[in-house]
Amino acid sequence: MRVVIAEDHALLRDGLTRLLQAFEFEVVAVIDNGPELLPALLGHKPEVAVVDVRLPPTFTDEGLQAAIAARTQVPGLPILMLSQHVEPLYARELLSTPNGGVGYLLKDRVSNVREFVDAVRRVAAGGTAMDSEVISQLLARREPLAVLTTREREVLGEMAEGRSNAGIAAKLHITDKAVSKHINNIFTKLDMPPSDDDNRRVLAVLAYLNA
Amino acid sequence: MESAGGERLGRWLRLGVRSALTGIAAAGLAITNLPLLAMAIVALALSPVPFLGLALVPWTMQLVRMRADLERRLASRIGVLISRPYHPPPERGLPGGWQQFRWTVTDPATWRDLAWLAPGAIVGLGLGTISFAVPLYGLEGLTLIPLWVWMGSGWNGYGMIWPIESLADGLFSLPQGAVILVGGLAAAPWLRYVTARFARLFLAPTRAAELRLRVTQLTVTRADTVDAQAAELRRIERDLHDGAQARIVSLSMLIGLAEDLVERDPKGARKLLAEARAASGTALVELRHLVRGIHPPVLAERGLDGAVRALALSLPMPITVDIDLPGRPATPVESAAYFAVAEALANMSRHSGARAGSVLMRYADGALTMVVADDGDGAADPAAGTGLRGIERRLAAFDGTMQLSSPPGGPTVIAMELPCALSSPRTTPFSGTD
Repeated sequence: MRVVIAEDHALLRDGLTRLLQAFEFEVVAVIDNGPELLPALLGHKPEVAVVDVRLPPTFTDEGLQAAIAARTQVPGLPILMLSQHVEPLYARELLSTPNGGVGYLLKDRVSNVREFVDAVRRVAAGGTAMDSEVISQLLARREPLAVLTTREREVLGEMAEGRSNAGIAAKLHITDKAVSKHINNIFTKLDMPPSDDDNRRVLAVLAYLNA
Repeated sequence: MESAGGERLGRWLRLGVRSALTGIAAAGLAITNLPLLAMAIVALALSPVPFLGLALVPWTMQLVRMRADLERRLASRIGVLISRPYHPPPERGLPGGWQQFRWTVTDPATWRDLAWLAPGAIVGLGLGTISFAVPLYGLEGLTLIPLWVWMGSGWNGYGMIWPIESLADGLFSLPQGAVILVGGLAAAPWLRYVTARFARLFLAPTRAAELRLRVTQLTVTRADTVDAQAAELRRIERDLHDGAQARIVSLSMLIGLAEDLVERDPKGARKLLAEARAASGTALVELRHLVRGIHPPVLAERGLDGAVRALALSLPMPITVDIDLPGRPATPVESAAYFAVAEALANMSRHSGARAGSVLMRYADGALTMVVADDGDGAADPAAGTGLRGIERRLAAFDGTMQLSSPPGGPTVIAMELPCALSSPRTTPFSGTD
């Protein structure tokens, strides 16, 4: 799988490259600054890109700006953003570009290699990977969620992070069937149209939380 | 349309009447200048007398200052601001009132106060009497009193007609009175203003006194800022020492143990490594919180607009954010503005019971204006908590100010102003690509 990496920190850049190569990704370009990123994304059209939010020369949010610009020109170009901190505001902006295939994770998450690679693959496949911290911040401010049971709120959180039914079941140690039941309840209680498509369902949940 | 005109007429009338009444009160007050001046002269003449003189001068001057302060307050009520020019009082020191005496006589403001007493009395008495007497004379004409007096005595006049010789002459006082009344009421506010401007000539601080007051104020705010910064650094040091640093120590211990075990007991080593990863995760979380408290990354990345929007997103109630700034202020000012708004919003979500709030930010005339409002219970008291006081201190370091309006029952509005310059807007590197 062809991947572009944008990260200005040499240690992390090498680490990410080695990590992804170990899992049989083909790293086609490694970028260390903002201005070169957009041409690289548009030129290589990678199957997935892993991009740091903050890049030189201004060290602001150039990575994010480039990602949004690239996804505006190539809808659905899969991009996973990494950052030292997460802002629901940025998640909202990423999600407002069309067609899924976005991720937004804390850099810490790289330490759990298997889950991280899983998230990269999910994004490449057009899915979503949202950091649990973004989701918990979004959940914290939504009062209507009080109608959900604790278990249902957990399932909603996992779903918003981008996990499939099987993924949720494994994470919460419950059966697939129980997960489907909880999801049905959630969609009924929050008055949202049900959907069988994993990806579309995740986007619906995120849109609901972001409203 | 008609009611708006009526309202304006009512306002004009109220202003005229109030000015006429305060005019006569000010005239009465002006008379007290003369005994004060006499007392001051006597006190100064007696100042060589041991004990008595040293005590008498400061005491008399205190009275003069009270009178001058009253004049300053009256002037500021009609929009002529006069600040107090006096030196700060000396700390307790030499006995026998010598220090008090020196403090009083070396202050140029004392002599300016004295110089004002006589001319101030003349202007205050003269203009005050005019502002009251002219409308009164107009009223006399309107009520046809001159006519009745003429009928009684046979010798009387009004306005342009002296003496009144017929009924028609007498009735002519009516239109004249109306004109005089309107003219008098129109002139009264203006006369009050002239009196106040005249007082300002003497009672306002000189340029040197103004600079001295400014230095005093800067000394206080600088000390506050230095204190606050030192406390902040101590807090960061403690957080690092007890938090991340301690965790990294335990992390390296765990890794060392795992290294030791890896051949004898691979399973145990793996468990230790998992623990080490968890410890590093916790250290990262703590560092992230610390960084957010020092300078929020989103503020560095997006400026005030993005940072306040991100802040509003994190609160449980909906916050309307309306920010329109033509550029970014310098980093320290931006940081002060951000934390002031953050503190105001935190206060709001903690204490007000509000269901919704709003943040408004604008830049005009060299100052950044920030207004944080909510629909909560009101009755916020800046003296009660450290939050509002903290906002004031943060802003004061940059000559900023805070005003609070919070009647019981709400709404609460915190208006903050921060003088600053804005840099030209940041150009986004990708804005010109298509």
